[in-house]
Amino acid sequence: MGKNVLVIEDEPNIIEAISFILSRDGWSVATHSNGHDAVGVVQNAMPDLVILDVMLPGKTGYDILRELRSEDATQGLPVLMLTAKGQVKDREMAERAGASRFMTKPFSNAEVLDAVRELVTG
Amino acid sequence: MVQQTLAGSRIRERRVMAGLRQAELAKQVGISGSYLNLIEHNRRRIGGKLLNDIAQALNVEPSLLSEGAEAALLSALREAAAVTDAVAPELERGDEFAGRFPGWAGLIADQHKRLRSLEHTAATLTDRLTHDPHLATSVHEMLTMVTAIRSTAGILADTKEIEPEWRNRFHRNLNEDSQRLAEGAEQLVAYLDDAGDASAGMTLPLEEVEAMLEVHKFRFDSLVNATPDELSAFIGNQAQLTSDAARDMAMTVVRQLRADARLLSLDMLERQVSDGVVEPARIASDYGVPLSTVLRRLAAVSDDMLPMPLGLVMCDASGTLMLRKPVEGFAIPRFSGACPKWPLFQALSRPMQALRQTVTMTGREAKRFDCYAVSEPIGTIQLNVAPLYHSYMLIVPLEEAGDTEAEVGSSCRVCPLEDCEGRREPSLLADVG
Repeated sequence: MGKNVLVIEDEPNIIEAISFILSRDGWSVATHSNGHDAVGVVQNAMPDLVILDVMLPGKTGYDILRELRSEDATQGLPVLMLTAKGQVKDREMAERAGASRFMTKPFSNAEVLDAVRELVTG
Repeated sequence: MVQQTLAGSRIRERRVMAGLRQAELAKQVGISGSYLNLIEHNRRRIGGKLLNDIAQALNVEPSLLSEGAEAALLSALREAAAVTDAVAPELERGDEFAGRFPGWAGLIADQHKRLRSLEHTAATLTDRLTHDPHLATSVHEMLTMVTAIRSTAGILADTKEIEPEWRNRFHRNLNEDSQRLAEGAEQLVAYLDDAGDASAGMTLPLEEVEAMLEVHKFRFDSLVNATPDELSAFIGNQAQLTSDAARDMAMTVVRQLRADARLLSLDMLERQVSDGVVEPARIASDYGVPLSTVLRRLAAVSDDMLPMPLGLVMCDASGTLMLRKPVEGFAIPRFSGACPKWPLFQALSRPMQALRQTVTMTGREAKRFDCYAVSEPIGTIQLNVAPLYHSYMLIVPLEEAGDTEAEVGSSCRVCPLEDCEGRREPSLLADVG
């Protein structure tokens, strides 16, 4: 069994695509699609990495990340943030919230794979 | 240094060019030759109806004769100079430049105006991308679809061996996402088409409204009995108004000025100002109308009814200038913040209190003005809801020298006043004395 990745994203076809490419690369993938209870899901699953979309129903990715960073157990958890906004201020917001990496949509499969590998093993 | 060309000198110049004798022109406009002589030697100030009559007799635009046009040009040149530190225009020779090369000076002023309009358009578009929730959501959804398509297509292209079940699923996803992307794109284009008018305009809506008001001299008495459809048609036919935003703003202003005309007819005002004395508070009291109505109405009718045109400026509670009727010698900035010492702004801190203050506008001519200001609530008064205010200031030029209660400027960048507590930024004029 490979290392665990939790994908929190509300677009089912993106979830399916990311799950497929990560699974093919040997990762064990779990998914979740709303922001309401995302913090609890992360705390229960304690994955090796979280891929977190910013625009989620119920709670933004920024808020979820801030909550994760305020807890000892998830303070250092690698989090790759995905957003459709690529402005400087969005990148700064992600950094302030504690993102390990920030990726702007649309991204390529190779970029996602490289980022995941680097964040977990690099 | 070339002296600033005065209205009288221009009249003389145009009269000579037209081959008219002084007495002939005087007779045509119904004044004595000696009075015209005084005007031509700049010993009598001129404006309003007489200026228009002389302009008509000389077959020229009144603005070609008035000092106001030149003052406005100089003010525009100073504004243009104020926005750059990269070059140092000879500010002290601005009037010489405008006098000797009015065409080039006008070009600079026009280019400056256009530049600011373009900056405004760019800022509006940037703001829109950032703050328009519908646009932001649409763009986000489209980028999400593009991401899904790119990722799925990448899988199909790059994965050598893929189970038929997965391949079929990804083909289906591609089909779904491409359809959603197409629908999203269509909706976005339709939305931008509908709203595009407001953002595509290269002039500020307020400038278009001001141009329209200038054409009609702020007078809409002919619309007093117009039906809503007739009023809409009138606004729709104004060539100066090229955007929906400008037409909406113009409709609001015209409705206001039309309502003023209903409350204060020309006959009523003529009785009050027949002696040439302007007393807004007395007019408001005699007819039982709001002072702001009197201020707006006096400014509107002054061009034809009074010896000198009167100016008007209006702002909202943020201090943003929303309506400007310039008057000679009282420079009203077009874009930058105005002088905080204007009674217009003092009125905002004393709502519903009528203010009158005699001020001197800084500058070489140091003209004096009586300023009448009042701020009044807008909209309907509601329980436990703080009202918003609009402030109005009528600007009455004073002919004679006399005491002044305050020195005021146009905007900080072109104001020479030192040690002003209201100063926001250094003056460009500090170095030229």
